[in-house]
Amino acid sequence: MLVVQNVTHDAEKAKDKKAALGTDVVIENFTTEDINAFDVIDDLKDIDKKTQKTILKVGVDANSEERAGSFVQMDQSNIFSHSISDSIELMNLGVALDKHSWLKDYLWKAVKPDVDKYTAQCALQESENDAYSGYFVRSLPGTKEIFPVQACMFIADQDVMQTAHNIVIAEENSELHLITGCATGDDISSALHVGVSEIYIKPGAKVTFTMVHNWAEQVEVRPRTAIYQEKNSTYINNYILTSPVKSIQSYPTTYCNGENARALFQSIQSGINDSIIDMGSRAILNAPNTSAEIISRSVANDNYRIYSRGHLSGNVPNVKGHLECHGLVLDDNSSIYAVPELEANAANLEMSHEAAVGQIDEEEIYYLTSRGLTEEEAASMIVRGFLSMDITGLPDELAAETQKMIDMSLDGM
Amino acid sequence: MLLEVKDLVVEVEGKRVLNGVNLAIREGETHVLLGPNGAGKSTLFLTILGFPKYEVVEGSILFNGEDITNLTTTERVQKGLGVSFQNPPAIRGVSVRDLLKFESKQDPDEELNPRMQELAKKLKFSDEFLDRDVNRGFSGGEVKRSEILQLLAQGPLFTMFDEPDSGVDIENVELLAGELNVLLDKDKKPGQRRKAGLLITHLGYILNFVKADKAHVLMHGVIACSGDPDEILEDIRKEGFKGCVGCAECNS
Repeated sequence: MLVVQNVTHDAEKAKDKKAALGTDVVIENFTTEDINAFDVIDDLKDIDKKTQKTILKVGVDANSEERAGSFVQMDQSNIFSHSISDSIELMNLGVALDKHSWLKDYLWKAVKPDVDKYTAQCALQESENDAYSGYFVRSLPGTKEIFPVQACMFIADQDVMQTAHNIVIAEENSELHLITGCATGDDISSALHVGVSEIYIKPGAKVTFTMVHNWAEQVEVRPRTAIYQEKNSTYINNYILTSPVKSIQSYPTTYCNGENARALFQSIQSGINDSIIDMGSRAILNAPNTSAEIISRSVANDNYRIYSRGHLSGNVPNVKGHLECHGLVLDDNSSIYAVPELEANAANLEMSHEAAVGQIDEEEIYYLTSRGLTEEEAASMIVRGFLSMDITGLPDELAAETQKMIDMSLDGM
Repeated sequence: MLLEVKDLVVEVEGKRVLNGVNLAIREGETHVLLGPNGAGKSTLFLTILGFPKYEVVEGSILFNGEDITNLTTTERVQKGLGVSFQNPPAIRGVSVRDLLKFESKQDPDEELNPRMQELAKKLKFSDEFLDRDVNRGFSGGEVKRSEILQLLAQGPLFTMFDEPDSGVDIENVELLAGELNVLLDKDKKPGQRRKAGLLITHLGYILNFVKADKAHVLMHGVIACSGDPDEILEDIRKEGFKGCVGCAECNS
């Protein structure tokens, strides 16, 4: 197990390495929890009703209707994992590593253990416990499952540090849709979530990854996501955050390594109450005819701080990228800091960005009041409209479902 | 009297635009407001509508006998005022359908009611069009038709039309005029007309299809003259607004 030794060694060295971005979280303030702290359940409906309701808000349906499979992690325990689709393997990562000897080659490859202290923590948890928390999802070659796999990361205990290591593999010419919902129990005021997700998309395959976050107000969230895309592959990432949280810092990065790979990142982040959101999307275009589009919409209100980042890097000729970042600042105590970055390392490539941050246009408010809306109703309609995303690239059912998730999140605002 | 404007003096960002405007419109009447660019026609509209930027320094606005000078736009609209804008703003993510549902007091989660679907079709809007962001990338004619469609959903008692025919091709002017007549109760017998309106027009072309009862010329922030629409338009066509200058001076 030389690989594991190296990972542990690298992680150990990076234990105190602050992340390049975001506020620094003192890991020692959080406790680790045993991977068996919660019992495995046979049926998602065995989860208590209150929690069911909470996770439904982030798109995880305990009835599993129109789902290809479900996975639930509570704190550190993987309590449920079940696929009903012949096309999709879904299980705890540890179980998967026992089953597939080749899987270890995918571990800590797209995301390195020594990126920062959070990835290091995740790796160290794995080596200390000799166990893995997180899911493994794999769509078999040539299969197209239209229903999504749902995965839920739930924090149930106070002050806990949750780590999850997820591996997603879409085999050649397959299609895989994932919904990840993250939430916290009502009574949790403080916790830390570290999620490492490595996504591998083989030639001709397509993955959509839709993530809804609904954390408690004092939760620190540090997802670390990287995607490897081979030729003719497609990756679509939808991210939705509309509730307060202490801080989130994330910068999912896709590497378009094969010709004609395409990536689309769409994110909406909006909220109130002293949250610090540092969200970015990055596409590294390493092969000819690859393309990427990054679209983000942010609304800041009531001491909300959003850093909205985007980075497109073209390293060979004939690649294309567009970055679009729009923000609305609704009060004087909030701020949006938009950082669009374009990097061209070859001639003959096309990259552009468009960023606009400002307040709600009064003309729009007046127009709507002239149709009988109050100013508050008008503002709310404008904000909702601003945050509404065109859902592209998803199967109809999932598009409608995602729209529902967005609407539900916005209703809660 | 449905709408009464009395000695209205209005300032916009500290600059006086209306200088004592008087206007009275009865139930069932349609009036036309004429005047050169910058005379204050749109200002009068938006003041009647109650947009915050238009500050009433003196005078009052009565609707159905009630003083509405200090009401918000929303309150005025709820009482039965409506307006079609010349250049309304585009709003991202807010569809024509969303607005039509609100305006016809419908549950947003329900399908658009059959009456509005019918009217949309009549105004040459496809189902897909209704899902477009309101006014976003609309042609001049589409803007005007969407404004009229929204007013039909709203059903105001008193409607102000700001150049409803500008940018509309000739074949569609007649179509629009037909719906304007509905909004103005022109499809009813004179004795049964309750709704009323005020129309801004530059060319007066729409008046071939919408019969106005009275015309007013607004010059330098006052009503320079009022009278028979045909006669006044005839004068303006011949001499421009030059002839109105003298009258405006007398009236100010």
